[in-house]
Amino acid sequence: MDFPEYLSCPVPILTHDTVQLAHGAGGKLSNEMIDKIFLPRFSNTTLEKMEDQAVLENPGGRIAFSTDTFVVDPIFFPGGNIGDLAINGTVNDVAMSGAQPKFLSVAFILEEGLPFETLHRIVLSMEQAAKTAGIQIVAGDTKVVNRGSCDKLFINTTGFGFVPEDVNISASNLQLGDKIILSGTLADHGMAVMTSREGLSFQSTVRSDTAGLNHLVADMLAVSKNIHAMRDPTRGGLATSLNEFAMASSKGIQLYDDKIPVRDDVRGACEILGIDPLYVANEGKLIAVVPADVADSMVSAMRANPLGKDAVIIGEVTDKHPGLVTLATGLGANRIVDMPVGEQLPRIC
Amino acid sequence: MKYLDEFRDPVIAKRILDEIHRITTQPWVIMEICGGQTHSIIRNGIDQVLPKEIELVHGPGCPVCVTPLELIDQAIEIASRPEVIFTSFGDMLRVPGSHKDLFMVRSEGGDVRTVFSPLESLKIARENPNKEVVFFAVGFETTAPGNAMAVAQAAKEGLKNFSELVSHVLVPPAMEALLSSAKNRVQGYLAAGHVCTVMGWDEYTPIAEKYKVPIVITGFEPMDVLDGILHTVKQLEAGTYQVENRYARIVEEGGNQPAQALIRDVYEVSDRKWRGIGEIPLSGFKIRAKYADHDAELKFNVGDIKADEPEICISGVILQGLKKPHDCQAFGKECTPQHPLGATMVSSEGACAAYYKYQRILND
Amino acid sequence: MCLAIPGKLLEVFEENGLKMGNIDFAGSVSKACLEYVPEIEVGQYTIVHAGFALSVLNEEEAKNSFDAWDDLIDRANKEGIEIDKLERPN
Ligand code: SF4
Repeated sequence: MDFPEYLSCPVPILTHDTVQLAHGAGGKLSNEMIDKIFLPRFSNTTLEKMEDQAVLENPGGRIAFSTDTFVVDPIFFPGGNIGDLAINGTVNDVAMSGAQPKFLSVAFILEEGLPFETLHRIVLSMEQAAKTAGIQIVAGDTKVVNRGSCDKLFINTTGFGFVPEDVNISASNLQLGDKIILSGTLADHGMAVMTSREGLSFQSTVRSDTAGLNHLVADMLAVSKNIHAMRDPTRGGLATSLNEFAMASSKGIQLYDDKIPVRDDVRGACEILGIDPLYVANEGKLIAVVPADVADSMVSAMRANPLGKDAVIIGEVTDKHPGLVTLATGLGANRIVDMPVGEQLPRIC
Repeated sequence: MKYLDEFRDPVIAKRILDEIHRITTQPWVIMEICGGQTHSIIRNGIDQVLPKEIELVHGPGCPVCVTPLELIDQAIEIASRPEVIFTSFGDMLRVPGSHKDLFMVRSEGGDVRTVFSPLESLKIARENPNKEVVFFAVGFETTAPGNAMAVAQAAKEGLKNFSELVSHVLVPPAMEALLSSAKNRVQGYLAAGHVCTVMGWDEYTPIAEKYKVPIVITGFEPMDVLDGILHTVKQLEAGTYQVENRYARIVEEGGNQPAQALIRDVYEVSDRKWRGIGEIPLSGFKIRAKYADHDAELKFNVGDIKADEPEICISGVILQGLKKPHDCQAFGKECTPQHPLGATMVSSEGACAAYYKYQRILND
Repeated sequence: MCLAIPGKLLEVFEENGLKMGNIDFAGSVSKACLEYVPEIEVGQYTIVHAGFALSVLNEEEAKNSFDAWDDLIDRANKEGIEIDKLERPN
């Protein structure tokens, strides 16, 4: 697997090569790990104070607040790792309210024996993701658990930002005639992780799309603050997010099969494994439901941003079949896109 | 994707569809045997755009749905043992046994893993010499070559810790069982293209002649499925009943000879129970005595675990197209896709599961 | 049943005494066992099911299917039927 340039920073020299239980005990070793691994990468004036809490300025207005815990197997996958995923995931959850995420806390649960080299690589990509998103990491925590009590490492991130005035985005806001915009190709992340799992013997050009979407959201709000609903379709994929919209708003959603973009290699992987891209996780895509009169200019603005270059209108809100999502097929038929039952598994039939 | 996208061209598909409309003059009941075709039919909405005279009955062609309850219970018993790594295609993990499914075994500490190919399972056996590695060998004729290869290879390499729990079923006996039923409504068959890839089609000729039904070997993409339906209707309208190969880019008359040879070497034909249908004579495979070392049923002595399907479930008659899911008392109540009781609710393409989804639209 | 899709054989190798190949599905390359298609050559398309190549795709026959469908289209054109506008009862 190849890593970007910034990941080639030499690993800092510590007393141990791997994480020991003592690194989580709050003593000398804990401090050494914080000083050498975390602080140099996440540093800012708030964090450097090393207080028990971050004290932050409040500009007033509404706060968007979100937390998420990241467990992924494998921790490194084509296009990213658990680190940038953890930053981008929470950045996106906050951004889907229309807020610009400002501050983040990061908590690690490390498995005893985890090589510092691995941890260092993950922390470097977290630093990069935070920089790209323009957020500060202002609080953190680390715990070490016995070998076997966790799988290498788990990361929790919690973040918040401030919601601009006049922005009211909610899953229950869908209006008749609204257009559904998708910011790019589907299923990249889920298939990148699945094809790199042991046991599938795949070599694939499929890469995760993990990315922070907050700047893309800012570009969209510059076109119009009148975004009715927005979500990043992670676990459960597009189908799940849209079903949630349809149910929360008691409206129907009509999609068009031929409008939904999927990369060729991703589709190839989906076809072999028998997986429907509509149900696969994305980590750098969003769906927005907007009034028809702003949809086209919104799409143009999104296409000007590299993260929205494949943005496209994939469907609309209807008053038929409230609470259901349907997909028009090439043959002129219409099928129901249901909520998934459980996780997507490779199938043979 | 080459040789895939060309067969999904909506313009040509619509033209074939139009031809079906043009030639259909009276009601016909056609069964697609293969769950893969059912999947394609539902995914592309083919059933919605066919002439109303044509009724498609979804056949029993999904190894996941037809694997009998007691085999799932046997799998669960084996997978729960501490010395076992139980490997399976992803499809089988969610299929409910009498009390739980394989996912629950995993959450209780069982080592249950999904594999994509039986050779992956063999690799796990090589890497874990101190564990018993069991592969859940389900499938139709299409999957048999791979599953047979795993056993032959394990024998060759002396991997004594590899065994298969076999639940292999055969398509032609099931077709015959359905046709010979006094209440049979099926007038034409779309035969499963990939099954024929392995077995060829000489087995179908006597069936077509005996029951006077056209059997058209059909592929899986929208154009293939429509083409199969077109040629079935053509024969029905003309009163002919031949075996016709409309999937010639993949299927040859004799099938795949090396695959058939290895299947015969490893497995022998045996009676099999089908979930929803019951026992059909000579409708499946079991491992031959010379490979008994690799037969999980013998190794773990689970052969006497028996289970009966819930009495309330009428999936057997539904599979034959004799009743509709909402004729079942349990439909949508005790039995839902989250808690399926029978074969036709287990698979998302099964008639009960499909109706469950569709019913929600009808209710609006 | 029996999900199997066509991919292109990129290379042949041996593993544990079995003839294996890497098969390209539009950029996703998966390993498959080639023991059942001994005649296959690199560059040919094959149908793969659960990690096993089961049949070499017959390009001639694929073309025959298209010729038959083209005839249908030609006839529609001659009769002035616009395929995309066909009204069908739902
Ligand atoms: S609804 Fe459930 S119980 Fe009733 S026939 Fe269908 S699968 Fe069986």
